Amino acid sequence: MAKDGHTPRLRLDELTVHGLAPVSFAVTAGACVAVTGPSGSGKTVLLRAVADLDPAEGRVYLDGAERTAMSGPAWRRRIRFSAAEPGWWADTPGSHLPGRESVASAVAALGLTTAQRDQALTELSTGERQRFALIRALADKPSVLLLDEPTGALDAQATERAEHLLRSFLDGGGTVLFTSHDHEQVGRLASRCLAIRDGAVREEAV
Amino acid sequence: MPAGYVQLDAIDLALAALLILINGALSLTFHLGLERTLLIATVRMVVQLALIGLVLTFIFAQTSPLWTLALALVMIGFAGREVLARQTRRFRGWLAYGLGTGTLLLVGMLSVIYGVGLVIGPEPWTSPRFILPVLGMILGNTLTGISLGLETLTTTAVRERAGIEAQIALGANRAEALSGTVRQALKTGMMPIINAMAASGIVALPGMMTGQIIAGVDPLDATQYQILIMFLIAGATALGTFLAVLGGARLLTDERHRLRLDRLQKTGS
Repeated sequence: MAKDGHTPRLRLDELTVHGLAPVSFAVTAGACVAVTGPSGSGKTVLLRAVADLDPAEGRVYLDGAERTAMSGPAWRRRIRFSAAEPGWWADTPGSHLPGRESVASAVAALGLTTAQRDQALTELSTGERQRFALIRALADKPSVLLLDEPTGALDAQATERAEHLLRSFLDGGGTVLFTSHDHEQVGRLASRCLAIRDGAVREEAV
Repeated sequence: MPAGYVQLDAIDLALAALLILINGALSLTFHLGLERTLLIATVRMVVQLALIGLVLTFIFAQTSPLWTLALALVMIGFAGREVLARQTRRFRGWLAYGLGTGTLLLVGMLSVIYGVGLVIGPEPWTSPRFILPVLGMILGNTLTGISLGLETLTTTAVRERAGIEAQIALGANRAEALSGTVRQALKTGMMPIINAMAASGIVALPGMMTGQIIAGVDPLDATQYQILIMFLIAGATALGTFLAVLGGARLLTDERHRLRLDRLQKTGS
């Protein structure tokens, strides 16, 4: 796969999702893009379409390769969507994560404990679950993270920890698209901003 | 006619019909408002059974197995409609009917060929006196398994959507993402026949066996028939539930391994 300086990490070409005008833009490796807009404007729909979770017209490229060239699961292992309200299918956060050692540093970095990792999900707070979801999304090192309100349920301190973790992902060459209603967070994290207004997506100054 | 068989006449039936008045009296006394429903159900029961009696008499008199096949297809068609009627969420378009009916067609045909053609082996094996009752018993039970299986599959997929999509977003394929849902659906679909097998002979005397006994067949022979039919039903239910649930799971996802709940529509019930 071409990975020279001219090939963007992620490129959308006329990606058309329900309720939005066709979207085209390109993101380089290591870039962080905020997607903003009022509730119901289509931020989540757009991220889901990039992750190929819903059918959408148009083309999406990763490192120059069109996504139709790879299977859906292969695409989503590299372009990872994480929902605002994370879904779970087992009882504890730990059973959703790969090996214990590989995520130990992330667990500590987000201010969580190994005991919480083996606690029932129902006993954890919304914020704790959201942090475990972030660890899960990062666990096998995807190329692009699509995060829907990743810190929506977190307090200031936990948000800072999460942003710190995301910054090290970006420093390692990862690409992040995230939605946020917090303008200050957009200013802290994002290098670019896509604003959705009345069904149109425009690039705005951060 | 075996020795000791008692032929019923119109007076016998009229005496039995008096019992339905208990239902009516109950409804009137307690203002249950069931009179109309009760009347319709009673008339339907009598007319439908009388009709099928006439149809069976006609078909038994024919020598061509095509008549048997025709009635078998009609039975399968109605069974498929019954599967559909029991779903709170249906697939859009013809698949709603096609999935259940197609499964019943395949399983019904296989069970009849195996059970009647190979195991019971009447001469000729296409004899409607064997094929139609056996098919009826198989359809009645298999459609329960299929309905329950599909209903569990779709309602669980809708309820567990977040968890299923979380797995898909992490790179799971559709089989992995739906494995828990499919297992639950298969289990629910097969439970009734397992329960029926466990209870038969103690809690319930199965209809076919009692019918044969009243008709004068030796109870041991009747039991053997019932055991054979139970195995046939169990096998057919398992196969039918398996095919319908796996087919349904495939329809709930697409070739990009996405969960496609948009292919379902909620029905009024």
